[in-house]
Amino acid sequence: MGILDTSPRVRAAALVAPPFLYALALLAFPLIAIIVISFWTQSGLALNRVFTLENYREIFSSPIYVWGNANRWGVLPLSLFVSATVTLVTVVLAYPIAYFVSFVVAPERKALWLFLITIPFWTSYLIRVFLWKVILGFNGVVNTGLQSLGVIEEPLSVLLYNLNSVIITLSHAYAVFAILPIYVALEKIDRSLLEASQDLGESRFSTFLRVTLPLSVPGIVGAVLIVFIPTIGDYVTPELMLGSGGRLMSNVIQTQFLQLNNWPLGAALSIITMLAVGIVSLVFILLNRRWLRGRA
Amino acid sequence: MTYSPSAAPLIQLRDVHKHYGDYHALRGIDLEIKKGEFFSLLGPSGCGKTTLLRTIAGFEAPSSGSLTIDGRDMAGVAANHRPTNMVFQSYAIFPHLSVAENVGFGLRRDPRSKAEKARAVAESLEMVGLGGYGARAAHALSGGQRQRVALARALILKPKVLLLDEPLSALDKKMRETMQVELIKLQRNVGITFILVTHDQEEALIMSDRIAVMFEGNIAQMADPETMYRRPNSRRVAEFIGKMNLLPATAAMERNRIVVDVAGLGRGAIEPDQAPSGVQPGATTVGIRPETLSILFPGETTDRRLAAGTVDEVVYFGDMTYYDVRIPGVEQPLTISMKNLIGRPVLDVGAVTQVVWDERSLVVLSR
Repeated sequence: MGILDTSPRVRAAALVAPPFLYALALLAFPLIAIIVISFWTQSGLALNRVFTLENYREIFSSPIYVWGNANRWGVLPLSLFVSATVTLVTVVLAYPIAYFVSFVVAPERKALWLFLITIPFWTSYLIRVFLWKVILGFNGVVNTGLQSLGVIEEPLSVLLYNLNSVIITLSHAYAVFAILPIYVALEKIDRSLLEASQDLGESRFSTFLRVTLPLSVPGIVGAVLIVFIPTIGDYVTPELMLGSGGRLMSNVIQTQFLQLNNWPLGAALSIITMLAVGIVSLVFILLNRRWLRGRA
Repeated sequence: MTYSPSAAPLIQLRDVHKHYGDYHALRGIDLEIKKGEFFSLLGPSGCGKTTLLRTIAGFEAPSSGSLTIDGRDMAGVAANHRPTNMVFQSYAIFPHLSVAENVGFGLRRDPRSKAEKARAVAESLEMVGLGGYGARAAHALSGGQRQRVALARALILKPKVLLLDEPLSALDKKMRETMQVELIKLQRNVGITFILVTHDQEEALIMSDRIAVMFEGNIAQMADPETMYRRPNSRRVAEFIGKMNLLPATAAMERNRIVVDVAGLGRGAIEPDQAPSGVQPGATTVGIRPETLSILFPGETTDRRLAAGTVDEVVYFGDMTYYDVRIPGVEQPLTISMKNLIGRPVLDVGAVTQVVWDERSLVVLSR
């Protein structure tokens, strides 16, 4: 008896099984493993499998991770701050682009424009980060350009190996992820609503504030979540753009796992980071729900 | 204020043209619409009626020609500065606002206090029969309710002109008929000039003080509903509005009277107003409406003119029956509508019958 002869329920289960097992093996198991390991401790090269909250105590009592001190922020708040800034910069820059493609570009050209916007993605992420190093570096495009124009005499050191360079690089890298959801939200706005607003006495600008912007909020929320969540876990950009100077959460976790060989502490840091991202996202979603209640 | 034919023109269009690239959407529109008038722009899709409405609203700028509203030239005046408000075909209700917020949308710059504005919104909703709906979410409304919100939202601003872009086309038949009557009443109450765009000739006849029929960017005829129906000035207008039988005929002048010899029916003298587009001696076309013809049922007599024919097709509507009757010597069968009065049978296809006609109902259509 072949699978097609069985009941719909069995057939559905059989069809779902491969991706389900895949998700189980590559998502659920690693996650459970991380949770379990975060309650163990490292003893030399082996793991001590006695349940303990020691790692969490370490995280919340050390000034490094959460609390910081008078001179420097904790790594977690700093990472959240960087992600929030990247999100803000990305969404603020992406909105006009999405608006332009949706409202200004002729309908038959829109597909072409979206295609052009994705062109940076044809280059590997790693290479794009390196290209930003070339642009922002000590002898980079920006510094040599400004020097040859006589604007500056000494190369600017604020460009590279600090948080600015991380924010610039990440904002560029995630631009498309912000443009697309905002574009989709703008496309969904019935154009006669804009005419109705003008007909009722509003100028184009006040129409934007009273109609277009509120109706594009779902797209903005989507863009914020899509940029915020992955950037806080982004490892490559801070690793390359911060140099030896600073560390963000992802780098600290990587160090614990691969250099200091302290898996349990790394696992606990991962859990704390995930919880922080989860809470921020949840707050955002709830605010959005409240805003959209009975609307859109 | 209600419409009177002598009222001063509120809207004047002079030789208005509109080009979209190669497409000539409006081809020299001359139009005067009076204060308090219920004016309809009627025509098939693509005739330019919506373009004309949007030109008056300020969403389209004419390529040439002038538009004045209440004596003021509208060239360069944006839609948000015109004394017009529009009810859109899609109603364009803001989905992120409540019913009251929608209706009060245009009151932002109104100097009145918040409480006064809220009262105005409530009154406006009351006027369109949606009293107490203010707090509802706009997206939860039915089609008819959305239309009422759109009306309230436009009328609360007390525009000089209310523009209606096929406002009833999205409603079902029953709802449409109800809204037609309500719109007429509303227009009489508020006294605002209404300009309605529609492709539904019946709707235009029911609601309007005057109708302009448009084809291909031109106004083909402008008249009150009765004239439009009884004295169309061309075959095209005649066939667009209601059903019209068209018959070949020969016209001649005899002792200062116009006499037409209608194929299959016979000769008859007509009055000058029965030839709204003029008449030349020789071959022409006459039109005759289905309800001005009748069938002589068995047992009935008449002193009017008769023509013999056979029933070709019977369409039964309940209150009415439509017969197609073939008359010898005429290619197209004549359509005749008969009220199904007591004792009147419904004839069968093939029945031999007599058609009663009257020269007073003929209209000569030389174009």
